[in-house]
Amino acid sequence: MNHLKLTAGALTLSTMLASPLLAQTELTMWYHGAGNEVESNIINQIVSDFNASQSDWSVSLESFPQGAYNDSVVAAALAGNLPDILDVDGPVMPNWAWAGYMQPLPLDESLIEDFLPGPKGYWDGELYSIGLWDAAVALVTRQSTLDALGLRTPTLEEPWTGEEFMAALDAAKASGDYEYAFDLGMAWTGEWYPYAFSPFLQSFGGDIVDRSTYLTAEGALNGDAALEFGEWWQSLFAEGYAPGTSQDPADRDNGFVEGKYAFSWNGNWAALNALNAHDDTLFLPAPDFGNGPKIGAASWQFGVSGTSEHPDGAAAFIEFALQDQYLADFSNGIGLIPATASSAQMTENYADGGPMAVFFELTEAQALVRPVTPGYVVAAKVFEKALADIANGADVADTLDAAVDEIDNDIEANSGYGHN
Amino acid sequence: MAAVAGDNHRLRLVVRYMVLTLIAIIFIFPLVFMVMSSLKPDQQLLSDTGSLRAFLPVGDLSFDNYRDAFARAPVGLFVFNSMLVTGVTVVLSLLICSLAAFSFVFLNWTGKGVVLSIILATLIVPFETIAIPLLLIASQLPWIGAEGLTFGWLNTYRIQIVPFIADGLTIYLFVQYFKDLPAELIEASRVEGATWLQIYRRVVMPLSGPVLATAAILKFLVMYNQYLWPLIVVQQESYRPVMVGLQYFFQLNIAWGEVMAYLSLITLPVLAFYLVLQRAFIASIASTGVKG
Repeated sequence: MNHLKLTAGALTLSTMLASPLLAQTELTMWYHGAGNEVESNIINQIVSDFNASQSDWSVSLESFPQGAYNDSVVAAALAGNLPDILDVDGPVMPNWAWAGYMQPLPLDESLIEDFLPGPKGYWDGELYSIGLWDAAVALVTRQSTLDALGLRTPTLEEPWTGEEFMAALDAAKASGDYEYAFDLGMAWTGEWYPYAFSPFLQSFGGDIVDRSTYLTAEGALNGDAALEFGEWWQSLFAEGYAPGTSQDPADRDNGFVEGKYAFSWNGNWAALNALNAHDDTLFLPAPDFGNGPKIGAASWQFGVSGTSEHPDGAAAFIEFALQDQYLADFSNGIGLIPATASSAQMTENYADGGPMAVFFELTEAQALVRPVTPGYVVAAKVFEKALADIANGADVADTLDAAVDEIDNDIEANSGYGHN
Repeated sequence: MAAVAGDNHRLRLVVRYMVLTLIAIIFIFPLVFMVMSSLKPDQQLLSDTGSLRAFLPVGDLSFDNYRDAFARAPVGLFVFNSMLVTGVTVVLSLLICSLAAFSFVFLNWTGKGVVLSIILATLIVPFETIAIPLLLIASQLPWIGAEGLTFGWLNTYRIQIVPFIADGLTIYLFVQYFKDLPAELIEASRVEGATWLQIYRRVVMPLSGPVLATAAILKFLVMYNQYLWPLIVVQQESYRPVMVGLQYFFQLNIAWGEVMAYLSLITLPVLAFYLVLQRAFIASIASTGVKG
């Protein structure tokens, strides 16, 4: 009898202990941060905290190296093997949504009212993804450089005009103190080109595609404003202001710090390196070439895969991850701009008076997301090639016309990518 | 006169060795650069690249990059995965492809010329063009294992092995080699009552050292350097091979010292395999002498 009681008691106890675990539905999640120890630790912590915080869902995380991530997702989509939760680079999201790799994110949008615009991933009027951070580019220089060259310090309210900016480059070039006046980071290829350089084009009044219809690049990428941009872009290299496509990657990483360049066009992720090297480092707003100063926006974001049978569970995890503390953790860990002002105040670098707080302000004031269309992934590559060709001396009008043709052909081949 | 001839011979020898040394240096310098760079901090590594210092063990040397590489990625796991996939594929490939070639060369069956032509035609088809159809097939293939009947081979070792066991190039190498073996040996064996499998095992394969070594080296290199296929069929870290693992080191700010340390580590098995089989290759040529 005692044995029977003992057995019954043990069974009851084990059932009680096991029931929350049994009730948990497993959600799979893919993340692009493999190889980055700090980033991996933070995302693992969020997953661990979420799993312990409730009994409905259990997230299991698989990390990929960033360079292999997008191809892995596309292959998995073809094979019908997508996870429940994905992370996606902001400008790629419309393509994945259009292709059915992602479904709308069922998130109460009042939760993200205070978020910067860049981390909000909208496509076709619906929220598909949300980011915990954003990234921004600034014109990096030193106060001592501005003083030596006799230049005023541009502000968000009064950025340099295009003329002032070129005068600054002229002054730096004439000083003879630098190998080049301006480092654009031409050694970095891929998404850097459209992310970092298309804002110049937009500031001239052009764009990669016509955002009013998203059905053509005609006029946007080869109109008068784009031609003016193209001529200016080519002059930067032809007249020796900036190193071209053959720039040594080592110089891109360390050239500004070593004093080879007077100005550098670089992101917030490189800011601490510059600050550590020179305590008078400045992060200036983009110059205004006539259509307002612009910088790029949107970084990695979370969303729900198109095949997930548990979008509510995926959304519950994403909502959990949007806590200010996690936004601050990512910012402190990998230097990115936290998505909300309240979380920025919890960080070392972006709180008021922090050494990188200016990036939060730059993002708020100047950020423009890249064209929100599935065709962007192709247009971005065409744009990159066109800019590299022009930098290498190709005819500006012919190159931009050819780029327009290529982008338009792709849009047509894909029946307008869902735009009517 | 003899002294002049001796001097000429010595001069030719010196020139020959100088040329050979130069060629050896050209081939070995990238490896030296890789290993030396793996011992230097990034700042020094980058500043040394413009001079001969890049090839010399000078400056601030340490194994810190190796320690950091192991911290960044499960290097041992990646090497193990690659060695397992490569080793099994090489062994199975040598067996299957040599058997196929044996059939094409020594057995008489209807249509073998057409079949061989089709196999050889696959040599001109880039793998990239069949990767997606292959992925779609692999994702539906059945398997009976501990969990019973399951469908889909993704995230396994077998999906990295099976598609590469047989290939046109390896079969072609064996076919060409078998064609040059003395027909008398095969005929004599048949006359003495040997079965085809006995001839394959006891006559043909013992004479096939050179082609086995060549095919093994080529297959090893192809398999060890696999990137695209494992990238699309393996989503779990526990099955990732070395080349996909290399991507762990390409973050926003690339730690080149760690990249070089990782490359040094994953190059060791390739070098070791090549050196071992190079000896077997030379020994096979020296010992067989079938054409004499």
